[in-house]
Amino acid sequence: MIAEAGHYALVLALALALIQSTVPIVGAQLRDPALMNVARSTALAQLLFVGLSFMALVTLHVQSDFSVANVFENSHSMKPLLYKITGVWGNHEGSMLLWVSILALFGGLVAAFGNNLPLTLRAHVLAVQGWIAAAFYLFILITSNPFLRIANPPIEGRDLNPVLQDIGLAVHPPMLYLGYVGFSISFSFAVAALIEGRIDAAWARWVRPWTLVAWIFLTLGIAMGSYWAYYELGWGGWWFWDPVENASLMPWLAGTALLHSAVVMEKRNALKVWTILLAILTFSLSLLGTFLVRSGVLTSVHAFATDPTRGVFILLILCVFIGGSLALYMWRASALKQGGLFAPISREGALVLNNLFLTTACATVFIGTLYPLALEVITGDKISVGAPFFNLTFGPLFVPLLLALPFGPLLAWKRGDLAGVAQRLMAAGIAALVAIALVWAWTSGGAALAPLAIGLAVFVIAGAVVDLVERTSLFRAPFATAWRRARGLPRSTWGTAFAHAGVGVALIGIVCETTWNSEYIGTMKLNDVTKLAGYQLRLDDVTQKQGPNFREMLAQFSITENGDKVGVLTPSKRTFTTRQSSTTEAALLSRGASQLYISLGETAADGGIAVRIYHKPLVLLIWFGPILMAFGGLLSLSDRRLRVGAPKPAKAPRALQPAE
Amino acid sequence: MKRIIASFVAIALLIGAPALAVQPDEILANPAQESRARELSRELRCMVCQNQSIDDSEAPLARDLRLLVRERITAGDSNSQVMDFLVARYGEFVLLKPRLEWRTLLLWALTPLLLIGGGVALWRNNRRRGAADDDHNNSALKLTADEEARIEQLLAAETADGKSP
Repeated sequence: MIAEAGHYALVLALALALIQSTVPIVGAQLRDPALMNVARSTALAQLLFVGLSFMALVTLHVQSDFSVANVFENSHSMKPLLYKITGVWGNHEGSMLLWVSILALFGGLVAAFGNNLPLTLRAHVLAVQGWIAAAFYLFILITSNPFLRIANPPIEGRDLNPVLQDIGLAVHPPMLYLGYVGFSISFSFAVAALIEGRIDAAWARWVRPWTLVAWIFLTLGIAMGSYWAYYELGWGGWWFWDPVENASLMPWLAGTALLHSAVVMEKRNALKVWTILLAILTFSLSLLGTFLVRSGVLTSVHAFATDPTRGVFILLILCVFIGGSLALYMWRASALKQGGLFAPISREGALVLNNLFLTTACATVFIGTLYPLALEVITGDKISVGAPFFNLTFGPLFVPLLLALPFGPLLAWKRGDLAGVAQRLMAAGIAALVAIALVWAWTSGGAALAPLAIGLAVFVIAGAVVDLVERTSLFRAPFATAWRRARGLPRSTWGTAFAHAGVGVALIGIVCETTWNSEYIGTMKLNDVTKLAGYQLRLDDVTQKQGPNFREMLAQFSITENGDKVGVLTPSKRTFTTRQSSTTEAALLSRGASQLYISLGETAADGGIAVRIYHKPLVLLIWFGPILMAFGGLLSLSDRRLRVGAPKPAKAPRALQPAE
Repeated sequence: MKRIIASFVAIALLIGAPALAVQPDEILANPAQESRARELSRELRCMVCQNQSIDDSEAPLARDLRLLVRERITAGDSNSQVMDFLVARYGEFVLLKPRLEWRTLLLWALTPLLLIGGGVALWRNNRRRGAADDDHNNSALKLTADEEARIEQLLAAETADGKSP
């Protein structure tokens, strides 16, 4: 009953999406406000029905209704409640339902809070959202229905993939989807602008908060996923240049470029045509990511060829939306007027440089991910493109980008004074040189690149601080004045500083982890002591335990530093009976931003356990950086200008009138 | 979502052979040779895995390859000889960093081409628009005869207004 209701709600949502994608457009053509307002009610109703459908699937999973194929294949009655819920999107069908639910959520938000948008623009934006939604509802209903029943319901389910039975699954996919799908709003705004053939600075101001929201979630989602992989997969890596990871990195890079170009458009009415293109590309890359992950094409081109229904369907959606929007772009973009002019050395110029490097980086990830697939399809040759390729091509792009980064916010609009800015960045430069010298001396001339990279990171962080100091005249004016100025600074200025500092912080973490990571691989018996990076690790105890749906072997290590006990670590190995598979649960001890990491291997016949112990200096900064970036984004989002929206002034007097 | 697929692959490899990537018994006694082996392992693909190096992978095949790399190193092969040996045996697919050849030219060239091409396009665009701007300014500064006449009129009207009261 619940399954059928959920299925039916999804069909109704499709019907609503079809109305939403046509009627408002007709309304905009006829200039009929009633027809245009249909977009609003259908978007909200769609959210309601998809929400019901999603809740139905959650209920089925919680109730362990194994007569539903999706529940049978991915759940188990003994599974903890949290994983029964998160297991809903731990599989293909459920994750697509989450995808459309979030799409409907964003559509609903635009409908509910888009009151300051011109009526036609809102109608067009929601209609484009309707097209996307309709395509994906069809995809789910035709190829990936999560509500299919089994004729003879089994008594027990097959359980969820053990690697996914982790808190990470509760957070990572929803965050990532909020990012991926959030960019659909920028896309819809871009297509709507192209349809209307009109675009101005106000457009950028409406789009920017939506882009920011998506970007914040994508940033956190990627960082979360990286940390999850780091502790769950058990070999201490945090980024693998895996195609699936690349699929999320590409929209992030394009989205970051979009955020920056939208600033130019909002402030200076320039780069309009480029911003529109970026908005289209960002969501196209999100769609591409969905295709790559969902079609099975990554596992093998042949796997795609043997069961092509899902893959071909998404490929079709991909071609229609990307091809259609780009065709529309080519046809209409020339009609958009170019805006304000600027000298190459200016804030705009710096942001253009940012865009050049970020889009090139994005293209590098794109070609590295798709080249092996394309080559195999065309010539049948198989090649691999992995981490060493990206380290060589993607990495160097960030050196000039990060060197230029601190200059950007300090340059004036239109025409900047490079020498003046360089002078003001002197302090940051000195800080960077000191950092290089210190790291060099401390590591006594080991790897040459690492101290330079740390210096670059310090330059970026110090540059963000200099920006704030300059704007508040700290050290030059009395403290009270500086304080007043600091409070008066727009939140977006603080946001910029935090986000930019976050980039530097992440870089420090990345450099330290990759350069000074130390590891011990060996077999340890009870009471053996191993020394690593100044710590003594003693294997105290090995025990067996029964979990809810697994058995586990726990090893207990006590950690001492200079004779003082600093902690106890209990890594484990879990064996899941239903799937006959096992996971390694690494144990981590944080010391400041550094971590000790232990994961277990096989047990030998003589009772020795293979262990892998890492000391990862400042590794936590890798994820603290993105958190700072997201916090910066949040500050920027709370900026008054974005909250108020562009054309508000006309509304205020009207609201006052009745009181007179 | 990305992690989920990666996890599926990882778990597929774990089934049956739960083990660490590099195992204690593989490690060479000579630390210099061992670190060379680790370095090479990071550039070699575990061919049954999805985009994992043999250094990271837990698959039995990866272990075989790691042992093979160490065998060649102890036999006195240079790094490039080890790589050539593996390519001869398993094909280019085993390299995580493809060699620069005709068929991989676009892969390697795209990044520098885009950067240079993008830079040149921006520079030309800037020059073109700068020139257009100059023309625009010059023509905007010159008033047409009609505009001159209209200004005369307005000025005359204003002086007349000023006098009247």
